[in-house]
Amino acid sequence: MIGRIRSLVAEFAGENVDVAKLGDDGDLYRAGMTSHASVQLMLGLEEAFDIEFPEALLTPDTFSSIAAIARALDGLGVGVAS
Amino acid sequence: MSETPSLLRRLIDAGLFIDTGAPGLYGRSGAFEEVIDRIDAAFVRAAGDDVTEVVRFPPGMNRRVFETSGYLKSFPQLAGTVHAFCGAHSDHMDLLEHLAAGEDWMGKQEPTEVVLTPAACYPLYPVVAARGPLAETGGLFDLQSYCFRHEPSDDPARMQMFRMHEMVRLGDQDQVLAFRAQWLERGQALVTSLELPFSLDLANDPFFGRGGKLMAAGQRAQQLKFELLVPIHSEEHPTACFSFNYHQDHFGLTWDIKTAAGEVAHTACVGIGLERVAIALFNQHGLSSSAWPVGVRKALWG
Repeated sequence: MIGRIRSLVAEFAGENVDVAKLGDDGDLYRAGMTSHASVQLMLGLEEAFDIEFPEALLTPDTFSSIAAIARALDGLGVGVAS
Repeated sequence: MSETPSLLRRLIDAGLFIDTGAPGLYGRSGAFEEVIDRIDAAFVRAAGDDVTEVVRFPPGMNRRVFETSGYLKSFPQLAGTVHAFCGAHSDHMDLLEHLAAGEDWMGKQEPTEVVLTPAACYPLYPVVAARGPLAETGGLFDLQSYCFRHEPSDDPARMQMFRMHEMVRLGDQDQVLAFRAQWLERGQALVTSLELPFSLDLANDPFFGRGGKLMAAGQRAQQLKFELLVPIHSEEHPTACFSFNYHQDHFGLTWDIKTAAGEVAHTACVGIGLERVAIALFNQHGLSSSAWPVGVRKALWG
């Protein structure tokens, strides 16, 4: 799942963010992801994993790193196999 | 016992507002406008010795500038675009027939190059960018404009067309944050002098949709927006009369505005809702400004 998240981050987090240089715990906002890009990433994740983030998860923390996104998806029942 | 008339009704009955039949769109009396002028002047006086460049734009802005600004990413629901008839003679006949029949007559209306200004500072940024890098002291501008937001309401403090006076600071992060901190103090001092109850609170803009929830949470987490709130129609939901906004490098990146050192400029603005403060005054101190407390009159009229 991490690999899939990583490719979605590369696609949506904006051209400022060099995903290849970023560890799973690397802060995406600090790496240059704008708030508008975070919305695109959120929508991209929802479409790719066919889920809808509940309102309580619509916070910057949820999308702050690849690992944080993986934890949120895990909590929503998106399995590793997907 | 009869119900107390709404504030809107009282403003209209007192002749301060003129009903146009469209919610949030009112005429203003001379007495109301005099108060607006005094609040406007008090806001400028609050800037003290600041050397500002005064710029005025009409209440419509260049559509291309509006499109580039990013407003539609965040607030598509609030934007107002200007359309105009672009048909031929036969289309005109068609329009008149539809109009007479009470049907949709807008088929040949097409977007113009004009969008209604959503906030007084929006037209400024590309103008500053075109001048080249900022001076070492940054930039400080004074803007005032009628603004439009499509949110029809019976709350007189939530109009569709209203005036916003803004001070806009451009520079490095330290410069713009110092400006905002200074205006947080100035705003509170001004409202205190007007003897209005208020609170200061962290706030977020009304971003659209589910993505907007994420935007709003991010804006709050980073403490980008504060509002000075005055209870007008309710204590529980006080009305924002000032906002103090730190845009980070959003407009600097959008418009390629550079500091003297060649870095991307940061920006901040403080805005006062002139009608909102006037309405708060009429609500708090009575519908006749000549009967307002001595201190309030002195703060406004000197």
